[in-house]
Amino acid sequence: MALQPQDKVFPLLLLLCALTSILVVILVGVFVFLQGYPMLAKTGFFAFLLGRSWQPGEGVYGILPMVVGTVVVTLLSLLIGVPLGIATAIFLAELAPDRVAAWTRRSIELLAGIPSVVYGLFGMVTIVPMVRYIASNWFGAWLSPEMKTGYGILAASLVLAIMILPTIVNISEDALRAVPREYKEGSFALGVPHWQTIVHVLLPAARSGIIAGVVLGMGRAIGETMAILMVAGNAPALPRSIFSPVRTMSGNIGLEMGYASGSHAQALFATGIVLFLVIMLLNGFALLFTGRRAVRTP
Amino acid sequence: MMSMQVKERLAKAVIWSAALITVCILVLIIGSIMVQGIAKLNLSFFLENPRRMGSEGGIFSPLIGTIYFTCLTMLLAAPVGIGAAVYLTEFTREGPLVRVIRFTTDALAGIPSIVIGLFGFAFFVVFLKPLTGGWSILSGSLTAFCMILPTIVRTSEEAIKAVPEAYREGSLALGASKWQTVLWVVLPSAMPGILTGVLLGVGRVIGETAPLLLTLGGSLLIPHSIFQPARTLSMHLYLVAMETGEFSVAFGTAAVLVIVILLLNLLSHTLMRRLMARIGGR
Repeated sequence: MALQPQDKVFPLLLLLCALTSILVVILVGVFVFLQGYPMLAKTGFFAFLLGRSWQPGEGVYGILPMVVGTVVVTLLSLLIGVPLGIATAIFLAELAPDRVAAWTRRSIELLAGIPSVVYGLFGMVTIVPMVRYIASNWFGAWLSPEMKTGYGILAASLVLAIMILPTIVNISEDALRAVPREYKEGSFALGVPHWQTIVHVLLPAARSGIIAGVVLGMGRAIGETMAILMVAGNAPALPRSIFSPVRTMSGNIGLEMGYASGSHAQALFATGIVLFLVIMLLNGFALLFTGRRAVRTP
Repeated sequence: MMSMQVKERLAKAVIWSAALITVCILVLIIGSIMVQGIAKLNLSFFLENPRRMGSEGGIFSPLIGTIYFTCLTMLLAAPVGIGAAVYLTEFTREGPLVRVIRFTTDALAGIPSIVIGLFGFAFFVVFLKPLTGGWSILSGSLTAFCMILPTIVRTSEEAIKAVPEAYREGSLALGASKWQTVLWVVLPSAMPGILTGVLLGVGRVIGETAPLLLTLGGSLLIPHSIFQPARTLSMHLYLVAMETGEFSVAFGTAAVLVIVILLLNLLSHTLMRRLMARIGGR
Protein backbone atom coordinates (compact mmCIF):
# COMPACT_ATOMS: atom_id res chain seq x y z
CA MET A 1 0.00 0.00 0.00
CA ALA A 2 1.32 3.42 -0.91
CA LEU A 3 2.09 5.68 2.03
CA GLN A 4 -0.15 8.71 2.13
CA PRO A 5 1.37 12.11 2.88
CA GLN A 6 -0.15 12.24 6.38
CA ASP A 7 1.65 9.03 7.26
CA LYS A 8 4.89 10.94 6.86
CA VAL A 9 3.92 14.37 8.15
CA PHE A 10 2.24 13.31 11.38
CA PRO A 11 5.05 11.18 12.76
CA LEU A 12 7.33 14.15 12.19
CA LEU A 13 4.98 16.43 14.14
CA LEU A 14 4.79 13.87 16.92
CA LEU A 15 8.58 13.62 17.01
CA LEU A 16 8.73 17.40 17.47
CA CYS A 17 6.35 17.09 20.45
CA ALA A 18 8.55 14.38 21.92
CA LEU A 19 11.66 16.53 21.49
CA THR A 20 10.08 19.44 23.39
CA SER A 21 11.11 18.12 26.79
CA ILE A 22 14.74 17.87 25.67
CA LEU A 23 14.57 21.44 24.42
CA VAL A 24 13.02 22.67 27.67
CA VAL A 25 15.62 20.96 29.87
CA ILE A 26 18.44 22.44 27.79
CA LEU A 27 16.87 25.92 27.87
CA VAL A 28 16.30 25.75 31.64
CA GLY A 29 19.91 24.71 32.20
CA VAL A 30 21.37 27.29 29.84
CA PHE A 31 19.29 30.26 31.01
CA VAL A 32 19.62 29.63 34.75
CA PHE A 33 23.38 29.03 34.40
CA LEU A 34 23.92 32.05 32.16
CA GLN A 35 22.19 34.35 34.64
CA GLY A 36 23.79 32.92 37.75
CA TYR A 37 27.30 32.20 36.48
CA PRO A 38 28.70 35.76 36.71
CA MET A 39 27.97 35.79 40.44
CA LEU A 40 29.67 32.41 40.97
CA ALA A 41 32.64 33.50 38.89
CA LYS A 42 32.99 36.73 40.84
CA THR A 43 32.69 35.38 44.39
CA GLY A 44 33.89 31.85 43.71
CA PHE A 45 31.62 28.82 44.01
CA PHE A 46 32.72 27.78 47.48
CA ALA A 47 32.86 31.31 48.86
CA PHE A 48 29.26 31.71 47.68
CA LEU A 49 28.18 28.33 49.02
CA LEU A 50 29.92 28.72 52.39
CA GLY A 51 29.52 32.47 52.92
CA ARG A 52 27.83 33.09 56.26
CA SER A 53 26.33 36.42 55.43
CA TRP A 54 23.53 37.35 53.04
CA GLN A 55 23.14 41.12 52.79
CA PRO A 56 21.92 42.14 49.35
CA GLY A 57 21.94 45.81 50.39
CA GLU A 58 25.70 45.64 51.04
CA GLY A 59 26.42 43.43 48.05
CA VAL A 60 27.39 40.51 50.32
CA TYR A 61 26.11 37.18 49.08
CA GLY A 62 26.76 33.94 50.98
CA ILE A 63 24.16 31.21 51.15
CA LEU A 64 25.47 29.03 53.97
CA PRO A 65 22.51 29.92 56.23
CA MET A 66 20.11 28.86 53.46
CA VAL A 67 22.05 25.67 52.75
CA VAL A 68 21.99 24.77 56.43
CA GLY A 69 18.32 25.75 56.64
CA THR A 70 17.44 23.52 53.69
CA VAL A 71 19.42 20.57 55.04
CA VAL A 72 18.05 20.81 58.59
CA VAL A 73 14.42 21.30 57.55
CA THR A 74 14.66 18.47 55.02
CA LEU A 75 16.27 16.01 57.42
CA LEU A 76 13.85 16.76 60.24
CA SER A 77 10.88 16.39 57.91
CA LEU A 78 12.24 13.02 56.75
CA LEU A 79 12.71 11.98 60.36
CA ILE A 80 9.03 12.62 60.98
CA GLY A 81 7.63 11.64 57.59
CA VAL A 82 9.59 8.51 56.70
CA PRO A 83 8.54 6.24 59.62
CA LEU A 84 4.93 7.32 59.21
CA GLY A 85 5.10 6.84 55.44
CA ILE A 86 6.71 3.41 55.54
CA ALA A 87 4.30 2.25 58.24
CA THR A 88 1.38 3.40 56.10
CA ALA A 89 2.87 1.62 53.09
CA ILE A 90 3.15 -1.62 55.11
CA PHE A 91 -0.46 -1.12 56.17
CA LEU A 92 -1.60 -0.75 52.56
CA ALA A 93 0.47 -3.57 51.13
CA GLU A 94 0.04 -6.13 53.92
CA LEU A 95 -2.49 -5.46 56.63
CA ALA A 96 -5.40 -3.42 55.33
CA PRO A 97 -8.59 -5.10 54.16
CA ASP A 98 -9.20 -4.21 50.48
CA ARG A 99 -11.91 -1.66 51.20
CA VAL A 100 -9.95 0.15 53.89
CA ALA A 101 -6.88 0.15 51.66
CA ALA A 102 -8.85 1.67 48.79
CA TRP A 103 -10.12 4.51 50.99
CA THR A 104 -6.72 5.12 52.54
CA ARG A 105 -5.12 5.24 49.12
CA ARG A 106 -7.76 7.69 48.02
CA SER A 107 -7.02 9.99 50.98
CA ILE A 108 -3.32 9.87 50.22
CA GLU A 109 -4.03 10.79 46.63
CA LEU A 110 -6.01 13.78 47.86
CA LEU A 111 -3.20 14.72 50.20
CA ALA A 112 -0.89 14.79 47.16
CA GLY A 113 -3.31 17.04 45.29
CA ILE A 114 -3.75 19.76 47.90
CA PRO A 115 -1.97 22.95 46.76
CA SER A 116 1.13 23.81 48.75
CA VAL A 117 -0.24 27.25 49.67
CA VAL A 118 -3.14 25.50 51.39
CA TYR A 119 -0.63 23.48 53.42
CA GLY A 120 1.11 26.76 54.18
CA LEU A 121 -2.10 28.38 55.40
CA PHE A 122 -2.92 25.33 57.53
CA GLY A 123 0.61 25.55 58.93
CA MET A 124 0.33 29.26 59.74
CA VAL A 125 -2.97 28.91 61.54
CA THR A 126 -2.68 25.46 63.17
CA ILE A 127 0.93 24.29 63.41
CA VAL A 128 2.71 27.59 64.10
CA PRO A 129 0.56 28.41 67.17
CA MET A 130 1.10 24.85 68.43
CA VAL A 131 4.89 25.21 68.09
CA ARG A 132 4.70 28.69 69.63
CA TYR A 133 2.90 27.23 72.63
CA ILE A 134 5.47 24.48 73.08
CA ALA A 135 8.39 26.87 72.66
CA SER A 136 7.14 29.48 75.11
CA ASN A 137 5.60 27.24 77.75
CA TRP A 138 7.93 24.25 77.83
CA PHE A 139 11.27 25.68 76.75
CA GLY A 140 10.64 29.38 77.36
CA ALA A 141 13.52 29.79 79.79
CA TRP A 142 16.16 28.67 77.28
CA LEU A 143 14.98 30.37 74.13
CA SER A 144 15.54 33.87 72.81
CA PRO A 145 12.48 35.87 71.72
CA GLU A 146 12.78 35.16 67.98
CA MET A 147 12.59 31.43 68.72
CA LYS A 148 9.24 31.80 70.47
CA THR A 149 7.26 33.05 67.49
CA GLY A 150 6.40 29.54 66.33
CA TYR A 151 7.73 30.29 62.85
CA GLY A 152 10.84 28.22 62.25
CA ILE A 153 12.50 24.88 61.61
CA LEU A 154 10.05 22.75 63.59
CA ALA A 155 6.91 24.22 62.01
CA ALA A 156 8.40 23.98 58.51
CA SER A 157 9.49 20.37 59.07
CA LEU A 158 6.06 19.33 60.34
CA VAL A 159 4.33 20.85 57.31
CA LEU A 160 6.88 19.31 54.95
CA ALA A 161 6.60 15.90 56.60
CA ILE A 162 2.90 15.87 55.70
CA MET A 163 3.62 17.05 52.15
CA ILE A 164 6.16 14.30 51.39
CA LEU A 165 4.01 11.51 52.85
CA PRO A 166 2.25 10.65 49.55
CA THR A 167 5.55 10.24 47.67
CA ILE A 168 7.02 7.98 50.33
CA VAL A 169 3.84 5.92 50.82
CA ASN A 170 3.22 5.35 47.10
CA ILE A 171 6.73 4.33 46.17
CA SER A 172 7.27 2.19 49.27
CA GLU A 173 3.95 0.42 48.70
CA ASP A 174 4.93 -0.33 45.10
CA ALA A 175 8.27 -1.65 46.30
CA LEU A 176 6.62 -3.90 48.90
CA ARG A 177 4.15 -5.22 46.35
CA ALA A 178 6.95 -5.94 43.88
CA VAL A 179 8.52 -8.47 46.24
CA PRO A 180 7.90 -11.93 44.71
CA ARG A 181 5.09 -13.86 46.42
CA GLU A 182 7.35 -16.87 46.91
CA TYR A 183 9.44 -14.97 49.47
CA LYS A 184 6.43 -14.40 51.65
CA GLU A 185 4.98 -17.87 51.12
CA GLY A 186 8.32 -19.46 51.87
CA SER A 187 8.56 -17.52 55.10
CA PHE A 188 5.01 -18.48 56.09
CA ALA A 189 5.74 -22.13 55.25
CA LEU A 190 8.60 -22.04 57.74
CA GLY A 191 6.10 -21.01 60.38
CA VAL A 192 7.32 -17.40 60.66
CA PRO A 193 4.52 -15.10 61.84
CA HIS A 194 3.25 -12.30 59.61
CA TRP A 195 4.98 -9.41 61.38
CA GLN A 196 8.32 -11.23 61.50
CA THR A 197 7.93 -11.92 57.79
CA ILE A 198 7.32 -8.24 57.10
CA VAL A 199 10.36 -7.13 59.08
CA HIS A 200 12.83 -9.83 58.11
CA VAL A 201 11.74 -10.77 54.59
CA LEU A 202 9.61 -8.13 52.89
CA LEU A 203 11.28 -4.93 54.07
CA PRO A 204 14.83 -6.09 53.23
CA ALA A 205 13.68 -7.29 49.83
CA ALA A 206 11.96 -3.97 49.13
CA ARG A 207 14.82 -1.93 50.52
CA SER A 208 16.08 -0.34 47.32
CA GLY A 209 12.59 0.77 46.28
CA ILE A 210 11.91 2.23 49.70
CA ILE A 211 15.21 4.12 49.66
CA ALA A 212 14.31 5.50 46.24
CA GLY A 213 11.00 6.69 47.68
CA VAL A 214 12.76 8.41 50.55
CA VAL A 215 15.23 10.08 48.21
CA LEU A 216 12.40 11.35 46.00
CA GLY A 217 10.54 12.61 49.06
CA MET A 218 13.75 14.42 49.94
CA GLY A 219 13.81 15.95 46.46
CA ARG A 220 10.29 17.17 46.94
CA ALA A 221 11.17 18.62 50.34
CA ILE A 222 14.20 20.48 48.99
CA GLY A 223 12.26 21.90 46.05
CA GLU A 224 9.20 22.98 48.01
CA THR A 225 8.90 26.74 48.28
CA MET A 226 5.53 28.18 49.16
CA ALA A 227 4.50 26.21 52.23
CA ILE A 228 7.92 26.74 53.79
CA LEU A 229 7.92 30.45 53.02
CA MET A 230 4.68 30.72 54.97
CA VAL A 231 5.85 28.97 58.17
CA ALA A 232 9.67 29.07 58.39
CA GLY A 233 10.16 32.69 59.47
CA ASN A 234 12.68 33.24 56.65
CA ALA A 235 15.53 34.88 58.55
CA PRO A 236 18.78 34.45 56.58
CA ALA A 237 20.82 33.50 59.63
CA LEU A 238 22.35 30.27 60.85
CA PRO A 239 19.79 28.49 63.09
CA ARG A 240 20.68 27.85 66.72
CA SER A 241 17.84 25.54 67.75
CA ILE A 242 14.95 23.73 66.08
CA PHE A 243 12.75 26.69 67.04
CA SER A 244 14.94 29.19 65.16
CA PRO A 245 13.47 30.88 62.11
CA VAL A 246 15.26 29.75 58.94
CA ARG A 247 15.29 30.45 55.25
CA THR A 248 15.70 27.69 52.67
CA MET A 249 17.36 28.04 49.27
CA SER A 250 14.09 27.83 47.37
CA GLY A 251 12.51 30.20 49.88
CA ASN A 252 15.35 32.66 49.27
CA ILE A 253 14.50 32.79 45.56
CA GLY A 254 10.74 32.98 46.07
CA LEU A 255 11.06 35.72 48.66
CA GLU A 256 13.45 38.12 46.93
CA MET A 257 13.16 37.52 43.18
CA GLY A 258 10.15 39.82 43.03
CA TYR A 259 12.22 42.96 43.60
CA ALA A 260 15.81 41.89 42.91
CA SER A 261 17.91 43.36 40.14
CA GLY A 262 21.56 43.44 39.07
CA SER A 263 23.96 41.41 41.18
CA HIS A 264 21.19 40.60 43.66
CA ALA A 265 19.21 38.85 40.90
CA GLN A 266 22.39 37.08 39.78
CA ALA A 267 22.91 35.81 43.33
CA LEU A 268 19.37 34.40 43.34
CA PHE A 269 19.98 32.68 40.01
CA ALA A 270 23.20 31.28 41.49
CA THR A 271 21.10 29.94 44.37
CA GLY A 272 18.95 28.31 41.68
CA ILE A 273 22.04 26.69 40.17
CA VAL A 274 22.97 25.16 43.53
CA LEU A 275 19.41 23.90 43.97
CA PHE A 276 19.40 22.50 40.43
CA LEU A 277 22.67 20.63 41.02
CA VAL A 278 21.49 19.18 44.33
CA ILE A 279 18.28 17.86 42.78
CA MET A 280 20.12 16.36 39.81
CA LEU A 281 22.48 14.56 42.19
CA LEU A 282 19.57 13.24 44.23
CA ASN A 283 17.73 12.01 41.16
CA GLY A 284 20.85 10.27 39.91
CA PHE A 285 21.07 8.62 43.31
CA ALA A 286 17.43 7.48 43.15
CA LEU A 287 18.02 6.15 39.64
CA LEU A 288 20.95 4.08 40.93
CA PHE A 289 18.69 2.46 43.50
CA THR A 290 15.77 1.67 41.24
CA GLY A 291 17.47 1.23 37.91
CA ARG A 292 14.32 2.58 36.35
CA ARG A 293 12.39 5.81 36.18
CA ALA A 294 13.66 8.13 38.83
CA VAL A 295 10.80 10.51 39.36
CA ARG A 296 7.17 9.63 39.43
CA THR A 297 4.09 11.61 38.79
CA PRO A 298 2.92 12.99 42.11
CA MET B 1 10.50 -11.07 77.22
CA MET B 2 7.26 -10.54 75.38
CA SER B 3 5.65 -13.53 73.83
CA MET B 4 5.65 -13.71 70.05
CA GLN B 5 1.91 -13.24 69.82
CA VAL B 6 1.83 -10.12 71.95
CA LYS B 7 4.65 -8.64 69.90
CA GLU B 8 2.82 -9.45 66.69
CA ARG B 9 -0.36 -7.75 67.93
CA LEU B 10 1.52 -4.75 69.22
CA ALA B 11 3.35 -4.26 65.94
CA LYS B 12 0.13 -4.47 63.95
CA ALA B 13 -1.53 -1.98 66.27
CA VAL B 14 1.33 0.46 65.64
CA ILE B 15 0.95 0.07 61.87
CA TRP B 16 -2.82 0.54 62.02
CA SER B 17 -2.41 3.70 64.08
CA ALA B 18 0.18 5.07 61.65
CA ALA B 19 -2.28 4.68 58.79
CA LEU B 20 -4.98 6.20 60.97
CA ILE B 21 -2.76 9.22 61.68
CA THR B 22 -2.15 9.70 57.95
CA VAL B 23 -5.87 9.70 57.19
CA CYS B 24 -6.62 11.92 60.20
CA ILE B 25 -4.10 14.51 58.98
CA LEU B 26 -5.97 14.75 55.69
CA VAL B 27 -9.33 15.06 57.43
CA LEU B 28 -7.88 17.66 59.80
CA ILE B 29 -6.47 19.79 56.97
CA ILE B 30 -9.52 19.67 54.73
CA GLY B 31 -11.84 20.01 57.73
CA SER B 32 -10.08 23.04 59.20
CA ILE B 33 -9.89 24.80 55.82
CA MET B 34 -13.56 24.19 55.09
CA VAL B 35 -14.77 25.13 58.58
CA GLN B 36 -12.84 28.40 58.55
CA GLY B 37 -13.49 29.20 54.91
CA ILE B 38 -17.06 28.19 54.32
CA ALA B 39 -18.56 31.33 55.88
CA LYS B 40 -16.90 33.38 53.14
CA LEU B 41 -18.39 31.39 50.29
CA ASN B 42 -21.29 33.47 49.10
CA LEU B 43 -22.06 34.97 45.73
CA SER B 44 -20.54 38.37 46.46
CA PHE B 45 -17.21 36.74 47.43
CA PHE B 46 -17.05 35.23 43.95
CA LEU B 47 -18.31 38.27 42.05
CA GLU B 48 -16.60 41.17 43.79
CA ASN B 49 -13.12 42.38 42.97
CA PRO B 50 -10.51 42.37 45.73
CA ARG B 51 -10.06 45.71 47.50
CA ARG B 52 -7.17 47.02 49.61
CA MET B 53 -4.62 44.46 48.34
CA GLY B 54 -7.13 41.69 48.73
CA SER B 55 -7.82 42.12 52.44
CA GLU B 56 -11.39 43.13 51.58
CA GLY B 57 -13.81 42.27 48.84
CA GLY B 58 -13.99 39.07 46.84
CA ILE B 59 -11.94 36.98 44.48
CA PHE B 60 -13.42 37.83 41.07
CA SER B 61 -10.24 38.92 39.29
CA PRO B 62 -8.04 36.08 40.63
CA LEU B 63 -10.82 33.69 39.60
CA ILE B 64 -10.81 35.05 36.06
CA GLY B 65 -6.99 35.00 36.08
CA THR B 66 -6.99 31.35 37.17
CA ILE B 67 -9.41 30.36 34.42
CA TYR B 68 -7.46 32.18 31.69
CA PHE B 69 -4.15 30.84 32.92
CA THR B 70 -5.30 27.23 33.41
CA CYS B 71 -7.04 27.02 30.03
CA LEU B 72 -4.08 28.50 28.17
CA THR B 73 -1.60 26.22 29.92
CA MET B 74 -3.65 23.12 29.14
CA LEU B 75 -4.18 24.23 25.53
CA LEU B 76 -0.40 24.33 25.18
CA ALA B 77 0.51 21.30 27.26
CA ALA B 78 -2.19 18.76 26.35
CA PRO B 79 -1.52 18.54 22.58
CA VAL B 80 2.26 18.53 22.96
CA GLY B 81 2.21 16.06 25.85
CA ILE B 82 -0.23 13.67 24.18
CA GLY B 83 1.68 13.99 20.89
CA ALA B 84 4.91 13.09 22.62
CA ALA B 85 3.25 10.10 24.30
CA VAL B 86 1.83 8.85 20.97
CA TYR B 87 5.26 9.17 19.41
CA LEU B 88 6.96 7.31 22.23
CA THR B 89 4.46 4.46 22.31
CA GLU B 90 3.30 4.04 18.71
CA PHE B 91 5.84 5.46 16.30
CA THR B 92 9.19 4.40 17.57
CA ARG B 93 11.13 1.55 19.11
CA GLU B 94 13.37 1.61 22.13
CA GLY B 95 16.64 3.21 21.14
CA PRO B 96 19.10 5.87 22.18
CA LEU B 97 16.82 8.76 21.15
CA VAL B 98 13.84 7.38 23.09
CA ARG B 99 16.05 6.79 26.10
CA VAL B 100 17.25 10.38 25.97
CA ILE B 101 13.67 11.66 25.64
CA ARG B 102 12.56 9.54 28.61
CA PHE B 103 15.51 10.60 30.68
CA THR B 104 14.99 14.31 30.05
CA THR B 105 11.25 14.02 30.69
CA ASP B 106 12.04 12.48 34.07
CA ALA B 107 14.72 15.07 34.73
CA LEU B 108 12.27 17.86 33.91
CA ALA B 109 9.75 16.42 36.37
CA GLY B 110 12.41 16.54 39.07
CA ILE B 111 13.52 20.15 38.62
CA PRO B 112 12.14 22.22 41.52
CA SER B 113 9.31 24.47 40.39
CA ILE B 114 11.07 27.57 41.68
CA VAL B 115 14.01 26.85 39.35
CA ILE B 116 11.57 26.50 36.44
CA GLY B 117 10.20 29.83 37.64
CA LEU B 118 13.68 31.40 37.45
CA PHE B 119 14.01 30.08 33.92
CA GLY B 120 10.55 31.40 33.01
CA PHE B 121 11.51 34.80 34.34
CA ALA B 122 14.83 34.93 32.44
CA PHE B 123 13.45 33.48 29.20
CA PHE B 124 9.77 34.36 28.82
CA VAL B 125 9.52 37.53 30.92
CA VAL B 126 12.85 39.18 30.07
CA PHE B 127 14.29 37.59 26.91
CA LEU B 128 11.02 37.18 24.98
CA LYS B 129 9.39 40.33 26.34
CA PRO B 130 8.37 41.69 22.90
CA LEU B 131 6.42 38.48 22.26
CA THR B 132 4.99 37.74 25.71
CA GLY B 133 4.47 41.23 27.10
CA GLY B 134 6.83 40.64 30.04
CA TRP B 135 4.95 39.59 33.18
CA SER B 136 1.81 38.17 31.65
CA ILE B 137 -0.61 35.26 31.52
CA LEU B 138 1.28 34.01 28.46
CA SER B 139 4.64 34.01 30.29
CA GLY B 140 3.06 32.26 33.27
CA SER B 141 1.38 29.65 31.08
CA LEU B 142 4.53 28.90 29.11
CA THR B 143 6.40 28.44 32.38
CA ALA B 144 3.70 26.16 33.79
CA PHE B 145 3.74 24.29 30.48
CA CYS B 146 7.37 23.33 31.10
CA MET B 147 6.43 22.14 34.56
CA ILE B 148 3.48 19.88 33.76
CA LEU B 149 4.64 18.50 30.42
CA PRO B 150 6.22 15.41 32.06
CA THR B 151 3.02 14.63 34.00
CA ILE B 152 0.94 14.61 30.83
CA VAL B 153 3.47 12.68 28.76
CA ARG B 154 3.76 9.97 31.37
CA THR B 155 0.08 9.47 32.18
CA SER B 156 -0.83 9.50 28.47
CA GLU B 157 1.88 6.96 27.77
CA GLU B 158 0.48 4.66 30.45
CA ALA B 159 -3.04 5.05 29.07
CA ILE B 160 -1.94 4.29 25.50
CA LYS B 161 0.11 1.29 26.58
CA ALA B 162 -2.96 -0.13 28.35
CA VAL B 163 -4.85 -0.39 25.04
CA PRO B 164 -4.77 -4.09 24.05
CA GLU B 165 -2.56 -4.98 21.07
CA ALA B 166 -5.51 -6.82 19.45
CA TYR B 167 -7.26 -3.47 18.84
CA ARG B 168 -4.35 -2.26 16.73
CA GLU B 169 -3.99 -5.56 14.88
CA GLY B 170 -7.70 -5.64 14.12
CA SER B 171 -7.63 -2.14 12.71
CA LEU B 172 -4.51 -2.75 10.62
CA ALA B 173 -6.01 -6.01 9.35
CA LEU B 174 -9.01 -4.05 8.08
CA GLY B 175 -6.65 -2.03 5.91
CA ALA B 176 -6.44 1.10 8.05
CA SER B 177 -3.12 2.93 7.95
CA LYS B 178 -0.94 3.31 11.02
CA TRP B 179 -2.10 6.88 11.38
CA GLN B 180 -5.78 6.01 11.04
CA THR B 181 -5.36 3.25 13.60
CA VAL B 182 -3.83 5.62 16.11
CA LEU B 183 -6.37 8.36 15.52
CA TRP B 184 -9.56 6.30 15.36
CA VAL B 185 -8.78 3.20 17.45
CA VAL B 186 -5.96 3.72 19.93
CA LEU B 187 -6.62 7.30 21.05
CA PRO B 188 -10.37 6.89 21.64
CA SER B 189 -9.76 3.76 23.72
CA ALA B 190 -7.08 5.50 25.75
CA MET B 191 -9.02 8.75 26.07
CA PRO B 192 -10.34 8.31 29.64
CA GLY B 193 -6.80 7.60 30.83
CA ILE B 194 -5.39 10.53 28.90
CA LEU B 195 -8.06 12.82 30.32
CA THR B 196 -7.19 11.62 33.81
CA GLY B 197 -3.65 12.79 33.18
CA VAL B 198 -4.88 16.10 31.86
CA LEU B 199 -7.04 16.57 34.97
CA LEU B 200 -4.03 15.77 37.13
CA GLY B 201 -2.20 18.48 35.21
CA VAL B 202 -5.05 20.93 35.77
CA GLY B 203 -4.89 20.22 39.50
CA ARG B 204 -1.16 20.89 39.56
CA VAL B 205 -1.47 24.06 37.50
CA ILE B 206 -4.17 25.45 39.78
CA GLY B 207 -2.18 24.62 42.89
CA GLU B 208 1.21 25.83 41.70
CA THR B 209 2.39 29.18 43.00
CA ALA B 210 6.16 29.55 43.23
CA PRO B 211 6.99 29.87 39.50
CA LEU B 212 4.00 32.16 38.99
CA LEU B 213 5.31 34.63 41.57
CA LEU B 214 8.16 35.23 39.11
CA THR B 215 6.25 35.21 35.82
CA LEU B 216 2.55 36.03 36.14
CA GLY B 217 2.85 39.55 37.54
CA GLY B 218 0.34 39.30 40.37
CA SER B 219 -1.93 42.12 39.17
CA LEU B 220 -5.28 42.52 40.90
CA LEU B 221 -6.92 43.95 37.77
CA ILE B 222 -9.12 41.80 35.57
CA PRO B 223 -6.96 40.64 32.64
CA HIS B 224 -8.32 41.46 29.19
CA SER B 225 -5.78 39.54 27.12
CA ILE B 226 -3.13 36.91 27.59
CA PHE B 227 -0.45 39.60 27.30
CA GLN B 228 -1.53 41.22 30.56
CA PRO B 229 -0.43 40.27 34.08
CA ALA B 230 -2.84 38.49 36.40
CA ARG B 231 -2.85 36.42 39.56
CA THR B 232 -4.28 32.99 40.29
CA LEU B 233 -6.24 31.93 43.37
CA SER B 234 -3.21 30.18 44.89
CA MET B 235 -1.09 33.29 44.42
CA HIS B 236 -3.90 35.39 45.87
CA LEU B 237 -4.07 33.14 48.92
CA TYR B 238 -0.32 33.48 49.51
CA LEU B 239 -0.14 37.24 48.95
CA VAL B 240 -3.20 37.94 51.10
CA ALA B 241 -2.02 35.70 53.96
CA MET B 242 1.56 37.00 53.93
CA GLU B 243 1.08 40.67 53.07
CA THR B 244 -2.21 41.62 54.68
CA GLY B 245 -2.64 38.93 57.34
CA GLU B 246 -6.35 38.87 56.52
CA PHE B 247 -6.94 35.19 57.18
CA SER B 248 -10.68 35.12 56.49
CA VAL B 249 -10.12 35.99 52.80
CA ALA B 250 -7.22 33.52 52.66
CA PHE B 251 -9.40 30.77 54.12
CA GLY B 252 -12.25 31.55 51.71
CA THR B 253 -9.79 31.28 48.80
CA ALA B 254 -8.31 28.08 50.22
CA ALA B 255 -11.80 26.57 50.56
CA VAL B 256 -12.48 27.32 46.88
CA LEU B 257 -9.17 25.66 45.92
CA VAL B 258 -9.90 22.59 48.06
CA ILE B 259 -13.37 22.21 46.54
CA VAL B 260 -11.93 22.44 43.02
CA ILE B 261 -9.27 19.82 43.85
CA LEU B 262 -11.91 17.50 45.35
CA LEU B 263 -14.07 17.83 42.23
CA LEU B 264 -11.11 17.14 39.93
CA ASN B 265 -10.24 14.08 41.98
CA LEU B 266 -13.81 12.79 41.79
CA LEU B 267 -13.94 13.37 38.04
CA SER B 268 -10.65 11.61 37.39
CA HIS B 269 -11.82 8.59 39.39
CA THR B 270 -15.00 8.36 37.35
CA LEU B 271 -12.93 8.53 34.16
CA MET B 272 -10.55 5.87 35.42
CA ARG B 273 -13.41 3.51 36.19
CA ARG B 274 -14.70 4.07 32.70
CA LEU B 275 -11.29 3.29 31.20
CA MET B 276 -11.14 0.07 33.18
CA ALA B 277 -14.63 -0.90 32.02
CA ARG B 278 -13.76 -0.09 28.41
CA ILE B 279 -10.58 -2.06 28.06
CA GLY B 280 -11.44 -4.80 30.51
CA GLY B 281 -9.10 -3.76 33.28
CA ARG B 282 -5.68 -5.06 34.01
